[in-house]
Amino acid sequence: MNAPVTPESKPIPLSELPVVWTDKEKHRFKVARRSFVDPDILKTEYETIFNKCWLYLGHESELAKPGDFVTRIVAKRSILFTRDASGKINAMFNTCPHRGAQVCRERKGNAKSFQCFYHGWVFGSDGKLKSQPGAECYPDDFNADGDANLVPVPRLDSYRGFWFICFDANVQSLPDYLAGAKEWIDIVADQSETMMTLVGGTQEYQIRANWKLLTENSIDGYHAMNTHATYVDYLKNSQGSMSPVPFDGTGYDLGNGHAVIEYRAPWGRPVAQWIPLWGEEGKVELAKVHARLVERFGQARADRIAFSNRNMFIFPNLVINDIMAITVRTYYPTAPDAMNVFGWALAPNEESAWARKYRLSNFLEFLGPGGFATPDDVEALEQCQRGFESMLEAPWSDISKGMKKEKVNYDDELQMRTFWTQWQACTKATAAPRTGDR
Amino acid sequence: MSTLTLATVTREQVEDFMFLEAEILDEWRLKEWLTLFTQDATYNVPATDVAPNASPDSALFYVADDRFRLEQRVERLLKRTAHAEFPRSKTRHLVSNVRIRSRSETELDVGAAVLTYRTKMGLTETYIGSYRYRLVVEDGRLLIREKRCILDMDGLKPNGRISIIL
Repeated sequence: MNAPVTPESKPIPLSELPVVWTDKEKHRFKVARRSFVDPDILKTEYETIFNKCWLYLGHESELAKPGDFVTRIVAKRSILFTRDASGKINAMFNTCPHRGAQVCRERKGNAKSFQCFYHGWVFGSDGKLKSQPGAECYPDDFNADGDANLVPVPRLDSYRGFWFICFDANVQSLPDYLAGAKEWIDIVADQSETMMTLVGGTQEYQIRANWKLLTENSIDGYHAMNTHATYVDYLKNSQGSMSPVPFDGTGYDLGNGHAVIEYRAPWGRPVAQWIPLWGEEGKVELAKVHARLVERFGQARADRIAFSNRNMFIFPNLVINDIMAITVRTYYPTAPDAMNVFGWALAPNEESAWARKYRLSNFLEFLGPGGFATPDDVEALEQCQRGFESMLEAPWSDISKGMKKEKVNYDDELQMRTFWTQWQACTKATAAPRTGDR
Repeated sequence: MSTLTLATVTREQVEDFMFLEAEILDEWRLKEWLTLFTQDATYNVPATDVAPNASPDSALFYVADDRFRLEQRVERLLKRTAHAEFPRSKTRHLVSNVRIRSRSETELDVGAAVLTYRTKMGLTETYIGSYRYRLVVEDGRLLIREKRCILDMDGLKPNGRISIIL
């Protein structure tokens, strides 16, 4: 990849360029590979993105009953996510206000209270201090201002069952932040008349690659035919695993760095694209599901919910892919070349055992570390990361596909440009370290 | 040599069978590996935060193959376009602590410990877990009706994938 040049064809020094560099006239969009390898960039990302943006915490269905709790690492912090006795949902930092130990050491469960094992302070599921050994040694008004309670996250809000937190108290409201993504979350949430629910089980894994590569990959319609050739072979080999629907669709910029691709594809969808493999029983079942969608939303929206696929990205690190099954995925960098990934399966709470079984079967065929597709994505990301070792001599990646066209295709790269443009606005990072940065 | 029957099969015979399977996997003789399974066989790897005996019909797994998908998994792994395993990784399955847990009229319930190493491009990854096998005897030979690998790990870290057969 050549370095960008001025109109006089004189290369611009890297240090004068932003990481994300675009030439609209020439329809070129480039990203400096420094952003995937430099520890200073990672530090900047934590300061300007993960400490400032709304981040996905968990799904309401994980806290079905009062007392239910989940502990989850969000941008390095352990967060205690609870439904308290009154039914209210809370998110607190999982660190004892006394001397700092992590108060809850279980991943999930149901509890009336949490006791820090170090000195025995006890907190309610709302985070309020209930008791501490030796209380007589503290003043009577010890916790009058609440500073001995578990510290709540600065901001907590939800949209259609998806709960988000923000470490910046001054962030814009969640509905404003989600911008155009809300109506796309609606399309997923509307698939249940009661509540979408996370099926038990987490696919948790680590990829030795920069986290932004997974963002690109999660909304990339371009790589499928190459990277996932064996998955397509598998569909062809399975009698009746495909409906006669060609791949076709569009990508959208949803504002604030969020993006989506929406497209038709031949695989079966439990809501509600039938494939011959699912037989007459499945046909009857899915016809019922579809008819109910038509009753609730009218023909056009019902067809869109049932027959279209969506790979949706919420800036900076939430993916909701409504494809042959629905996966909710979030991921955090642990180093410039490593990330932790969490993947869950989302389903309509009320769907039949038949539909649930085929949904999970569909999920595993494609998705996750043991599927027929995701391992090849992981390989691709790790190979990119290795390629970036040559970044001094090969400093740019190209994300220009489709820029010169008026109509955006699902397999163009608009959605990645949407992400990168927002990333640049947040970090203001340059393509090479400025003098004094080192 | 006496004919192998379900009623009389010994732990040593079960061990020989499992050691043979490990050797076949480590030598990438995957088509031959399929012949160790019954026609109604399943191969399961549950997620690391679900019950070891969970059902793939109601909980999220890493792998839940029926016989057809098991055959397709092998087909896939033998292709150059199975990118995660091209070039192929080197693997070593160490099977230990083999025990016949119970024996019914139709099946043996076998448990074992397993440690699998996968090496590719200078990195070696470790998969630690236990096996639970449901074994049957057909025509005097042991066959696998269910192979379940239960990982003793907090997610797949740093492995990132189960691109080999565990």
